[in-house]
Amino acid sequence: MDRPKFEIRDLSYYYGSNRALHRVSLEIPANAITVLFGPAGGGKTTLLRLLNRLNDLVPGTRLEGRILLDGKDIYSPDVDVPALRRRVGMVFALPLPLPMSILENVTYGPRLSGLKNSKRLLEIAEKALRGAALWDEVRDRLHEPALSLSGGQQQRLCLARVLALEPEVILLDEPTSGLDPISTAKVEESLKALKKNYTIVIVPHSVQQAARLADVAAFLLMGELVEYGPGPRLFTRPQDKRTEDYITGRFG
Amino acid sequence: MRRLRRLNPRTVDRLVGGLIWAAAVATLLILLFVIVYVSANGFPRLSWGFLTGKPQNMGRAGGIWPMIVSTAAISAMAVLIATPVGVATAIYLTEYTRESLLTRAIRFGTEALAGIPSIIFGLFGFVFFVVYLGLGWSLLSGALTLSLMILPTIVRTSEEAILTVPRAYREVSFSLGASRWQMVTTVVLPGALPGITTGVVLGLGRTVSETAAVILTAGSALHLPRSIFAPGRTMAVHFYILAREGLSDNMAWATGAVLLLSILLINVVINRALVALVRRRAVR
Repeated sequence: MDRPKFEIRDLSYYYGSNRALHRVSLEIPANAITVLFGPAGGGKTTLLRLLNRLNDLVPGTRLEGRILLDGKDIYSPDVDVPALRRRVGMVFALPLPLPMSILENVTYGPRLSGLKNSKRLLEIAEKALRGAALWDEVRDRLHEPALSLSGGQQQRLCLARVLALEPEVILLDEPTSGLDPISTAKVEESLKALKKNYTIVIVPHSVQQAARLADVAAFLLMGELVEYGPGPRLFTRPQDKRTEDYITGRFG
Repeated sequence: MRRLRRLNPRTVDRLVGGLIWAAAVATLLILLFVIVYVSANGFPRLSWGFLTGKPQNMGRAGGIWPMIVSTAAISAMAVLIATPVGVATAIYLTEYTRESLLTRAIRFGTEALAGIPSIIFGLFGFVFFVVYLGLGWSLLSGALTLSLMILPTIVRTSEEAILTVPRAYREVSFSLGASRWQMVTTVVLPGALPGITTGVVLGLGRTVSETAAVILTAGSALHLPRSIFAPGRTMAVHFYILAREGLSDNMAWATGAVLLLSILLINVVINRALVALVRRRAVR
């Protein structure tokens, strides 16, 4: 197997005196979908947000251990954090288009890094919107407010906005929790198509979704990594009793 | 309390509804009364010559063109000085620092500053700008003094406006690789613009209508100011002197009408502009 995209080594994380993650070690392979699942409060979202240092914004936290991206510690002091976040994009649980037009939303990231050529921006937008399976629905209304889109469209717009950064990794935090089944299926299809070119880490909104998507699955319980391995194996023959109890619906 | 509880909630509701309605109507009526009273006394005496002419005989006759110019210059300068400083302070407080002794000190300072009577600002402006810095009675001294006076308003309204921008937008912006300053300029400021503008307009209104602080720092010279280092008399000061010294009630009312009109105009124009802007940017 190739070198993993992310190597998480002995990671513990605290909000004040509250421990959210306890000695988690995990490898996230490139060009695959890694699923972080488990009951609420298990530390999935925290772990996800540590991967692009979004939790830097939360005061009073403490991190122990290391997170390596392509072998390099992303928490070392010389890291350019905005550049890291362009390499590791994030889609949030709720669709959060910025109060701008559709086009301005998709091109937000490239414009931040100084790209001004409107023809080039439009090309990037088209490619990103196609990647998120939204182009056909919005091609004639790119200058309308993003907030005029439906919930499902907004979430695909948020995915497109991340794709426009041409990131290496895409993090998704329950991206379909606010969506209907048809929109959910569309997002899932997009993700499966995208994994050829991207490393995807997702916190799913259900065990079923975890099982549908996982190339690699990691089960987190109360801040501890209980078990991780290839998705098909983990969901059919879990090694740990707690994993089995959770995926068969005995708790959670 | 016991009696109140025995009352039928529907009756209480109607009673309270009526009282609230009466309060709102009273507010409106008082406002209308002031506007109508000033207009009725002032408008009949307005003329093109009054707006564009020089005052004659200490303001008993002639026009108020120099006062219009002085007012516009002092208010514009005060707002142009106070807005960047005030908005920057608000951004610092909300986006660039966590709660600390320093932020509490700044907040306490602005709040204390907001409660100080304008005459004290005038005195300070006189001692510091006019005398110590040697700017003399001038439009600049007046503007600097007024900018200090409206700074707290602008800081506080800007801070409140900035805090209404959802935290999630900031996270989205950061997650797409924005630096802090990029996040502020692309997400926070556009979202907070209506609120910030409200604060600036409030401040502008105060500079236009201020008298005490202006007399002490910009003087009350009747002639047209030729530079920002020249003294000048604003419309509010002119109104005050005409009325206070019994020079001419008619001219005072006419000046008052122009003052009122300009404040209404500022509010209407800026409100229109804001509504247009918000419509263009946002929802549905």
